[in-house]
Amino acid sequence: MKSLKELRNHLRYKYLKLNRPRVSIGMGTCGIAAGAEKVKNEFISEIKKHGLDVEINITSCIGMCYREVNVEVDIPGKENVVYGDITPKKVERIVEQHIINGNPVIEWAEFQMLAEDGTSIHPIPDMEHTPYYHLQTREVSARCGRINPENIEEYIATGGYEGLENVLKQTPQEVINNLKRSGLRGRGGGGFPTGQKWQFTRDAKGEKKYIICNADEGDPGAFMDRSILEGDPHSIIEGMIIAGYAIGASEGYIYIRAEYPLAIKRLQIAINQAKEQRLLGYNILDSGFNFQIHIKVGAGAFVCGEETALINSIEGKRGMPRIRPPFPALKGLWQHPTNNNNVETYANVSLIFREGVEWYSSIGTDKSKGTKIFSLTGKIAKTGLAEVPMGTTLRQIIFDIGGGIKDGKKFKAVQIGGPSGGCLPEDLLDLPVDYDSLIEAGAMMGSGGLVVMDESTCMVDVARYFLKFTQSESCGKCTPCREGTTRMLEILERITAGKGKIEDLNLLERLARVMKTTSLCGLGQTAPNPVLSTLRYFRDEYLAHIEEKRCPSGVCSNLINYRIDPEKCVGCTACARVCPTGAISGTKKQPHVINTEICIKCGACMDACKFDAITRI
Amino acid sequence: MYVGHNGSLIPILQATQEIYGYLPKEAMKKIANFLKLPYSEVYGVATFYAQFRLQPRGKHIIRVCSGTACHVRGGDNILKLIEEELGIKSGETTADLRFTIEPVACLGACGLAPVVMIDEQTFGRVTKDKISKLLDQFQ
Amino acid sequence: MSNVTLTIDGKQITVPEGTTVIQAAEKLGINIPALCYDPELSLSGSCRMCVVEIEGMNNLPTSCTTVVREGMNVKTKSAAVVESRKMILELLIADHPLDCMTCQKNGNCLLQQYAYEYDVKEISFQGIRHDYPIETDNPFIVRDMNKCINCGKCVRVCSEIQGRDVLNFAYRGFDTKITVDLDLTLAESDCIFCGSCVAVCPTGALLEKNMIGKGRSYEVKKVKTTCSFCAVGCNFDLNVKDGKVIGVTSNPTSAVNGKHLCVKGRFGHDYIHNPNRLTTPLIKKNGEFVEATWDEALNLVAEKFSEIKKEYGNESIGVLSSARCTNEENYLMQKFVRAVIGNNNIDHCART
Ligand SMILES: Cc1cc2nc3c(=O)[nH]c(=O)nc-3n(C[C@H](O)[C@H](O)[C@H](O)COP(=O)(O)O)c2cc1C
Ligand code: FES
Repeated sequence: MKSLKELRNHLRYKYLKLNRPRVSIGMGTCGIAAGAEKVKNEFISEIKKHGLDVEINITSCIGMCYREVNVEVDIPGKENVVYGDITPKKVERIVEQHIINGNPVIEWAEFQMLAEDGTSIHPIPDMEHTPYYHLQTREVSARCGRINPENIEEYIATGGYEGLENVLKQTPQEVINNLKRSGLRGRGGGGFPTGQKWQFTRDAKGEKKYIICNADEGDPGAFMDRSILEGDPHSIIEGMIIAGYAIGASEGYIYIRAEYPLAIKRLQIAINQAKEQRLLGYNILDSGFNFQIHIKVGAGAFVCGEETALINSIEGKRGMPRIRPPFPALKGLWQHPTNNNNVETYANVSLIFREGVEWYSSIGTDKSKGTKIFSLTGKIAKTGLAEVPMGTTLRQIIFDIGGGIKDGKKFKAVQIGGPSGGCLPEDLLDLPVDYDSLIEAGAMMGSGGLVVMDESTCMVDVARYFLKFTQSESCGKCTPCREGTTRMLEILERITAGKGKIEDLNLLERLARVMKTTSLCGLGQTAPNPVLSTLRYFRDEYLAHIEEKRCPSGVCSNLINYRIDPEKCVGCTACARVCPTGAISGTKKQPHVINTEICIKCGACMDACKFDAITRI
Repeated sequence: MYVGHNGSLIPILQATQEIYGYLPKEAMKKIANFLKLPYSEVYGVATFYAQFRLQPRGKHIIRVCSGTACHVRGGDNILKLIEEELGIKSGETTADLRFTIEPVACLGACGLAPVVMIDEQTFGRVTKDKISKLLDQFQ
Repeated sequence: MSNVTLTIDGKQITVPEGTTVIQAAEKLGINIPALCYDPELSLSGSCRMCVVEIEGMNNLPTSCTTVVREGMNVKTKSAAVVESRKMILELLIADHPLDCMTCQKNGNCLLQQYAYEYDVKEISFQGIRHDYPIETDNPFIVRDMNKCINCGKCVRVCSEIQGRDVLNFAYRGFDTKITVDLDLTLAESDCIFCGSCVAVCPTGALLEKNMIGKGRSYEVKKVKTTCSFCAVGCNFDLNVKDGKVIGVTSNPTSAVNGKHLCVKGRFGHDYIHNPNRLTTPLIKKNGEFVEATWDEALNLVAEKFSEIKKEYGNESIGVLSSARCTNEENYLMQKFVRAVIGNNNIDHCART
């Protein structure tokens, strides 16, 4: 059998030196939702129509979710051009103009990857110089959107499993020492030093040990794990094999949520292909090391992202967190020593051992090394994924990369870290994102979800939204979380309904303090964060709801009123006709009025008015 | 294929639901006996995870808005007519498992009241005469 | 095993390695409130009432699950601890019927006791409450899940001590409820009514049906006795009010059985004051039982026994005694057989 190195050289030639044009279509979940399947079929039929010899390949999400469907066209010996926003209608022109005649459709092109000599004859920015990518450092997600995730050969050709090869030349303890030196901290939220965690499990007594990959990604607004799972599944598998070797485990589990069917499918394909290449299973690469990976599909419970709940769930039990100690490193899955890391953490591991510890630790800040992938959602101009070095500021991520706020509105806050995180206001935008700065500001890295809010967002309503989420996801085991999230949600619902009392703020703070300090697991301990951070930075909004019975952003329907401006109203009766409750009266051609007693604030009148005469106050 | 595998309860429940569309009590008992687990544990697990359903659910989910606007515009009446047409009450499923009626608060389309949502599609200004045609679209 | 020295509320104590903080505190006479903790059961760490402050630790750890370490400095009554316990009680009470006035558990309820100790008067929270139907369809146990605080002791005792696993948590979050089998009633389920769940329940969620309305906990005299039903020799407390046995409760100091009992021991005592019970001796005359005086009856028995013994010898008489007699009566009966009749032909359904 050929060595992996020989295979890689061979594959490198095969995949990087194309001998015919290639079209790669971004088929992550986001691309497929945007119609990638139809675009692909259109390419197939166009190519057939013209009788061309063109390879159609699939790839995954390159991070520009705001420009799906993405298509990359690769002409041998020339530059690769990535197109955004491609619909089936646009396919014909790309095929005729670019593939047949060699002239890229410049107005649809997002960017290009320069040819080997670095020159380009087309006025298309190269990837590194686009506003979206120039501040990014795509290392962990480098392959996402560039290779076919269902083909192990492309992974190997791009340096895949080189990390594993390097690791197998070291002793397990050397591997852990190197990981410690790299400074990698867990990407699952807490930022625990990964090397130290591996050491605990390695040192734990026990014949049998387990490796777990936490792919339960449940934070609303976070999808970086999904993107790696769909776009580069082997990088996770490689990271887990390395962990197994270093820790002395021969079995691993990937716990993945059922809501990610495409990721599950691609992981399964990747595992099968890795087995065929003897990268998984018995005697991996003739090292004498055995390792296998199972996939466990979740059944819908956010709390199962918490590692001890996750372990219970793999064991087939209710996903309720366990008391700690004993920590999973000592007694985890089926009471055996167990190491659990996040998807992105394992992807970092493969990278570290491929590129080297020195290189890795030169990226990032003093205490937070490497890069972090953030998902940008909410009222941001460009939703998508952005991988940046640790220490990049929020302003850079939101404004420089994300293009600022949608529709020219004003920025108000950014929620970082999902329901366990906090809302940060404008004056903290220059905060460098690393584990420690965020905690100081009352937020946390969490999984890396950034939900951007503009002036039309009500911060009390945001707190209510997150509490609704944690309340419905509380496992119900411990009192402060089970009862506390319920009561906290009720108080917030009262405030947003205009029934809040000033004492409620005190009660919220008292309740929050107790939930944070006495809850059994991270869910209850962090559930009050959205409330505490909005109280800290947006207290005036709470006061407006309570004291003036007013929602400054005009979101809370109980607290808003619609009014017709008699100056602007021409009496067209359009509003009166759509009003579902008959609250609007007035004679034709005369200004109308709204009876606020009957009005249910549905806003239908405002939508119907062609003269801008109706305002929300 | 599940025997001897630790932690196979959840995959078995998932496979069972795949077949029946929900978890019948009889099936839960059989699973418990097969895995030598107490009934209470199987029930505890089945009710913990959001994915599992203990009642059969129809192929199509009908949601009749009960928000204020729809209420005022006769949403209740529409609900009653649909209930009569299908011979079930809100929260129930037809015997042929074609429809389930689920209660729902305001769907946020008040301008179109009364509103009915079937699966992912929203229908506004629903009237008495439109109901059977509407239901016929969903086989 | 080595020892560990730590400080709790300023007092030093040395305990064996592996001791938990709550156990160490107990040795110092410091009582830490605990709702889900029971030394006979596995740890749950879920009620969070037992939280304490430990120097150098984040948050407030639970003393029932935290193992002592050398030099640990524990505060069991710091301001943060007291605030937390108060809040936890407020949260529990916000979803608990406040009918202590008529609740059978009054005076014997841990929730009530702690609410009193921590001076929880006002309920800060208004909102939804559970409204489960009260389960009364079996002769022994009344289950009122509205009073359940989800401490889970019943679940653990059913599994770990009785080995039945009839009970478990179901649903989740605020809807979490302890259910029986596939959410049946106890009567419909495989429950064998050992009543261990009742014995560990800290509130009025699980009650002995027979005692309801028969007496308040503080009116009842507890008389420890040995069960006469079988040979195990379980101990329990007879609950006596106005000279009448109104029920049986576990006595945790019982050497043989702890809090554990079987259905007969715990619930099978209604015969004591049963109106059908004989209160005067009956003598069969002309084929019919006729009421007689004690003297008449005892004379008759003594006369007949003497006759039989004289004619057929010592071995000709055997005696069966009853589990429904008192232990003292049973003792006297065997004494009578051995000393008076002169043989060992005495037996009893418990074979003591
Ligand atoms: C309620 C809750 C949900 C969590 N969800 C996730 C998750 O979806 N993915 C994840 O990797 N970690 C999640 N975590 C964190 C895990 O418990 C654990 O710390 C993490 O997987 C460790 O991986 P790391 O060391 O690589 O960061 C969650 C924690 C809590 C308390
Ligand atoms: S007694 Fe310690 S958590 Fe309940």
